[in-house]
Amino acid sequence: MMAEAGLAALWIAAALCLLQLCAGVSASLGEGQVLRPMIRPVAIAQGALAALSFLLLIQLFLVTDLSVKLVAANSHSAKPWLYKFAGTWGNHEGSMLLWVAVLAIAGAAVAAFERRVSERTLIATLAAQAAIGLGFYGFLLIASNPFERLNPAPLEGNGLNPLLQDPGLALHPPTLYLGYVGISVAFSFAVGALVTRDVGPLFARAMRSWVLGAWVFLTLGITAGSYWAYYELGWGGWWFWDPVENASLMPWLAATALLHSATVLATRGGLRVWTIMLAVIAFSMSMIGTFLVRSGILTSVHSFAVDPRRGLFILILLGLYIGGALTLFALRAGTIREGSTFEPISREGGLVTNNVFLSAILGVVVIGTLYPLGLEAATGEKLSVGAPYFNAAAGPLALALMAIMAAGPLLKWRRDRLQELARRIWLPMALAAATLVALLLLAPGIGLLPLLGLTLALGTAAASIAPLWKRNLRRTPLFIWGMVIAHLGIAVTIAGMASASAFTKETLVAARLGETVEVGPYALRFEGVEPLAGPNWTAIEARLVATRGGGSPMLMKPQARMFNSPVTETTEADIATLPAGQLYTVLGREDDQGRWQLRLWWKPFVTFIWLGGAMVALGGFLSLIGRLGREQRPKAEKL
Amino acid sequence: MKRPILLLPLAVFALFLVTAGWRLAAGRDDTIRSRVIGQPIPAFALGPAVPGRIGVASGDLMTGKPRLLNVFASWCVPCGVEAPQLMELNRRGIPIDAIAVRDRPEDVARFLADYGNPFQRIGLDRDTRVQISLGSSGVPETFVIDGHGIIRHQHIGVISPEDVGELVAAYEAAR
Repeated sequence: MMAEAGLAALWIAAALCLLQLCAGVSASLGEGQVLRPMIRPVAIAQGALAALSFLLLIQLFLVTDLSVKLVAANSHSAKPWLYKFAGTWGNHEGSMLLWVAVLAIAGAAVAAFERRVSERTLIATLAAQAAIGLGFYGFLLIASNPFERLNPAPLEGNGLNPLLQDPGLALHPPTLYLGYVGISVAFSFAVGALVTRDVGPLFARAMRSWVLGAWVFLTLGITAGSYWAYYELGWGGWWFWDPVENASLMPWLAATALLHSATVLATRGGLRVWTIMLAVIAFSMSMIGTFLVRSGILTSVHSFAVDPRRGLFILILLGLYIGGALTLFALRAGTIREGSTFEPISREGGLVTNNVFLSAILGVVVIGTLYPLGLEAATGEKLSVGAPYFNAAAGPLALALMAIMAAGPLLKWRRDRLQELARRIWLPMALAAATLVALLLLAPGIGLLPLLGLTLALGTAAASIAPLWKRNLRRTPLFIWGMVIAHLGIAVTIAGMASASAFTKETLVAARLGETVEVGPYALRFEGVEPLAGPNWTAIEARLVATRGGGSPMLMKPQARMFNSPVTETTEADIATLPAGQLYTVLGREDDQGRWQLRLWWKPFVTFIWLGGAMVALGGFLSLIGRLGREQRPKAEKL
Repeated sequence: MKRPILLLPLAVFALFLVTAGWRLAAGRDDTIRSRVIGQPIPAFALGPAVPGRIGVASGDLMTGKPRLLNVFASWCVPCGVEAPQLMELNRRGIPIDAIAVRDRPEDVARFLADYGNPFQRIGLDRDTRVQISLGSSGVPETFVIDGHGIIRHQHIGVISPEDVGELVAAYEAAR
């Protein structure tokens, strides 16, 4: 019954979506004016029904209704409830339903709350959002029905991939999707504004808060995903340049550029065509990413449930939406009047340079991700592009971008002078120079990228606090705080990356019981192994006592786990987070002489990577509520 | 069109669309090209996986006649699935040796009791060293080795009933 209700809700939502599209188009063309008042309520109802459908699927997973094919294929009654819950989106159909639900909810939120842009633009926006929705409803209902029944129902389900049986699954996909798909609003806004030719500061301000909201979630999702991969895969790495990771990074880069260019448009009326372009690109990157993941066209650790027909379906949708939006862009962008001009040395100039570098990094990531595809099409040769390319190509660009990030917020709008800037930035620059000298003296032989990374990170950290200098901190607007914290977060992340890549110590040994192994400043005594049983797994757990100098000992317990259904082995690293970094321990196999493989890392300040990510998201959040608060205030005074 | 440059994004996207569409239409080629075909097998000698039987050494695979070498494990569920196909190959007169990976003698004995024993020799590769040196990264995998210790064919994954013909052909070709 519940599955049928879920399917019915999905069909009705799809029908409402079609209605929203038709009413929106006819109202935009000027004929269906009578339809106008129904568009917002229809969009809200559509969002509610899609959400309901998703909630029903969650319920089916929670009660483990094995007569539903998707549940039987991906769940198991013996699974802890959190993984039954999170297992809802740990598969193709469920994650596509989450995708569609987020799309519909984002549209509903715009319909419910957006009062800043003109009604004409809003209606065109909601029509664009409905057009995207309709295709993906079709995809779900025709090619990936999550509510399909299985007759007869099996006695037990197949279980969930053990790598996914982790609290990370409960957090990472939903936040990522909120950002990834939430950015669709920017796309729809851009299409709406192109239709009505209404690209002005007001439009930019409205779009910016929606982008900011999606961007906060996207940042959190990427950060959470990176940490999850770091501790779950047991490889000790935090970013693998996997096509699917890149698929989430590409919209983030575009959205970050968009946020900054929208600021120029909102404040000074400039960069109109470019901002529209970025808004289209950001969500296009999300859709292309979804296509890459779902079609299995590129090999990735994330590919599950790969089906070429599904790939073709999404590719056709991509062609329609992105192709349509870019055609509209080509036709209309020429008619958009550009706003006021500015001098190269100015806040606008800084933001444009920021955009150039972010776009260049985006280009590097896009090329690296799609290169294998293009090469195979051209020559039939198979290869994969890995970290050496990405680090070498994106690393220097990221560092240059960071230098610009340090200077940008200290520039005045419209026109500024280099001498003035130098006066404001000399202290951070001196700090960076001191760091450089200190590093060269204390850590000779450090790689060039980590060296510059740490130097720039310290300088930029200092420079990002500089906008607060001589301000009354209590009266500083919240969005300034947001910018300061987000920029500081970037510096913290880069410092973590540089430190982890320069100073990580690794030890791989086959240790006997009672043996002591050293890694970095720590000595770990291997005390023993013991078997352990969990709800749906058994494990061997090692006991390692770690001490640093004469400090108090710490017990570390890495596990090698064996899951029952499906039968798979995973490593559960034990990670101790300390003020100066992380001690990361992995238990491997026993050899025939009774020695156990131990893999140990000491990673100084590696936590800064995710701490910085969280700060960036927090900064975005503060900026969002600061901006919204500002817009509410005049209204409140009027009342 | 006032500014043709505005068509550039559309053109770039069209290029992507064509490439991706071509790639989808060409169909996914899941064949993992083996890097070990044509390579000689490494020297190894494994003790028996089941007490009272004989283990496998590299010399056993260089007798002048081709043989199949199956890499399996009793804990590997798909290995049970391919067992009938191995029995079928054996019935057709193809000699098969096996390596049990990360296994225990009593478990291997139980596995053979459950699924039948198509193998002439079974070696126990406790720490997967031989498996890795053979260029095998998972279970089950099946190699066709000619009489001189050269790998002629590598089948990765379960041998489904449809794959039997392919293995017979590879065996015939190795003679």
